[in-house]
Amino acid sequence: MASDLSRRGFLGRSFALGCSAAASPLLTPVTLASAPWDNRLVVIILRGAMDGLDVVQPYGDPVLAELRQKLPVGEAAGAHDLDGFFALHPGLGDLMPLWRAGELGFAHAVSTPYRDKRSHFDGQDLLEAGTGFTPGQPISHVGWLNRLLQAVPGIEAETAFAIGRETMRVLEGPAPVSSWWPDVRFELTPQTRQLLEMVSAQDPLFRAAVGQAAEISETLDLEASGAEAEEGMEGMAPTMQAKPGKAHVKVAEFAADRLRRDTRIAAFSITGWDTHGNQKAALKGPLAQLSETILTLRAGLGPDWGRTAVVAMTEFGRTAHENGTAGTDHGTGGAMLLAGGALKGGRVWADWPGLGPGDLYQGRDLMPTADVRAYAAAAMQGVFGLDRDVLESAVFPGLDMGGVGGLIR
Amino acid sequence: MAAAFPVSAYGEAIARHKRFVDATKEWRKAEDPVRRKALDAERKALSGESHEQYLDGLRRNIARAMQAEFGFRERLTRFWADHFTVGRRAAILSDAISSYVDEAIRPNLAGDFATLLKAAVTHVAMLLYLQQASSAGPNSLYATKRPDRGLNENLAREVLELHTLGVEADYSQSDVRQLAELFTGMSFEPGEGFRFRRPFVEPGEETVLGRSYEGGLADIHAALDDLARHPATARHLARKLAVHFVDDTPDPALVDHVAAAYAASGGDLTATYAALLEHPSAWAPERRKVRQPFDFMAAALRALDASGSDLVALPRGKTHGQLLGPVALMGQSWERPGGPDGLPEEAAAWVTPQGMAARIQWAMRAPQALTGKLPDPRVFVETALGGTASADLTFAAGAAATRAEGIGLVLASPEFQRR
Repeated sequence: MASDLSRRGFLGRSFALGCSAAASPLLTPVTLASAPWDNRLVVIILRGAMDGLDVVQPYGDPVLAELRQKLPVGEAAGAHDLDGFFALHPGLGDLMPLWRAGELGFAHAVSTPYRDKRSHFDGQDLLEAGTGFTPGQPISHVGWLNRLLQAVPGIEAETAFAIGRETMRVLEGPAPVSSWWPDVRFELTPQTRQLLEMVSAQDPLFRAAVGQAAEISETLDLEASGAEAEEGMEGMAPTMQAKPGKAHVKVAEFAADRLRRDTRIAAFSITGWDTHGNQKAALKGPLAQLSETILTLRAGLGPDWGRTAVVAMTEFGRTAHENGTAGTDHGTGGAMLLAGGALKGGRVWADWPGLGPGDLYQGRDLMPTADVRAYAAAAMQGVFGLDRDVLESAVFPGLDMGGVGGLIR
Repeated sequence: MAAAFPVSAYGEAIARHKRFVDATKEWRKAEDPVRRKALDAERKALSGESHEQYLDGLRRNIARAMQAEFGFRERLTRFWADHFTVGRRAAILSDAISSYVDEAIRPNLAGDFATLLKAAVTHVAMLLYLQQASSAGPNSLYATKRPDRGLNENLAREVLELHTLGVEADYSQSDVRQLAELFTGMSFEPGEGFRFRRPFVEPGEETVLGRSYEGGLADIHAALDDLARHPATARHLARKLAVHFVDDTPDPALVDHVAAAYAASGGDLTATYAALLEHPSAWAPERRKVRQPFDFMAAALRALDASGSDLVALPRGKTHGQLLGPVALMGQSWERPGGPDGLPEEAAAWVTPQGMAARIQWAMRAPQALTGKLPDPRVFVETALGGTASADLTFAAGAAATRAEGIGLVLASPEFQRR
């Protein structure tokens, strides 16, 4: 075995103890302290570029039906009329009671400042960085929610939670935050925990992660979360291996549970929006996840739903024209979803640019007429009572919120 | 080592997929309940076989990594399989991604990058994953007859952004569009595999990065050759190699050195790896990288001296419970990537509370479940770390309440998880 192991590090590095200097977002241990606010914010990153023109269909614009032959639109295709001009995709039909209660709204023809290369990965990085965009310049790895935390006194790691399997750059940075994936099961005896903390003590990144995992696991109801997941995985039928339709509900339940305690900001992802082909079928899954997520949050938050705003945003929209494979390619302007009992919703906020050939961005994409960050900022202004100049300088540097506001009750 | 644990041919999956498609078609039309039941049973059996192939890919690739004489070859396979990420698209065929890797990636690790690029980008698995197979030129013969059919930009964009130039390079939406038009024709025929469909081809020349191409498979290859030789590709690949094998934030001099070797050799991968290995910053003593979940599992089982043939024979339930489920919880869903950009590299993406919990949980339980016999932790701490274990780790291995926990502590330690 010894000779096997000597080959293990092919680069021939010595086996000296590695002390990573990598900055950790998790250096502060979790403590149960009261948060600076009573209101809650949930940020959902819709990864893959959601087609805003299909999800919130401007069916009052006669050009839409011409652009979309394979992607039927409007009430005739089962969509729910919102305001006579926009209609909601049937996949979000279960949210219509929220719309009627003023707990659901949308911003349309919005985008980040990202332009032209239409890369998912840069697009998501910029959406989460919340900065301006200069082509060729590196995108900051500090997320706008982390900058928000830095701007407010009295923040504890428990104040903001990143949930699920995806890395949430929107929360990363110097301010302490927590993270967890409720599918993970974790049980340790106190003695093993102590030994584990000892062997991780010299490596700040590992020390922080192990410490936080142990803290969080002590607050979990194992019967309800991981135990069942592991059993499920063992005996799963082949088609069930991805556990479709379950993981996102667990994420939303976990978020609601934390938000009812000391957490005030929760962030997670819903993926699967990259619908290059057969979009009609491909959108079903992610829309069902989004719908169930919001309904799960509402049920789980109970009385706190009235103090909650949810914003769901994507890296960019998709081409106005459907493509040659009954889908859409990467575009620019898109739509954003807002929800929550704190929302003054029941409306679609949009300065509609039109869909005619001269109206489109570069002749192919919905022209953005507002910055998606302005709506996120307005939501935070409403729920957290933040000053506009903090939002426009510290949280979203360089943003001009313009006339966007009044989103929160 | 790949030969000791062979993965079935992609062609087998293509044949199985055809049988599945045919059975489904007939099942949709069949009215006789007995026939319907038989067809349904056949579909389920084919799905089951297919899933077994997927699990086999994981078991055999772990066995290869555990027992490889030249670990670098296995690591390069994983690196390039990630660079040319393929994930789930069509049922049945998405279960054969290990076969794609064995056919397109593994034989082309040490030659020139252009050969690897062409093999990966034109493979059916890639054409299906990034939806090239159904893309037709907007003015093609096919789209003229079927006006609802046309172009899909997905593969062309990712070839430029991920596989060759990198997103920072100087290319435009027009280059993406033109390359997508040039790619038209590359398609898939059930039961057969790759098929070049002339009626899908966009007529006329396409201009990508200032060069003109006529269209057709030879010109697609020529365009990929040109992209492989582009200076931006040299830099993009040099950086990715340095980040993966050396440091999350590599010394710029290392990246320059590797890129220069790539350019000088015309994209020869062996020369490129040699440049990576000979540079002083690759020999820094700190262990800067954290093992990705698959590598962590393979390294742990290797340290435990587990048997590759036992692992390959693992039944389905245990494969799910001890390998497939845990590797996903650690953040690396086997052959089910989050997107075509593949896995994150930075340590902080893996060493999260949830990721560590999954690693620790596995480290404490899987060795017993997978090997049935556990070494003495006081000995294991020495062998697993080649005699370099810290005093704290040596103490902890001996102080653990059970053998399983002692082994788990060693495997879960930063010393073992970094390299």
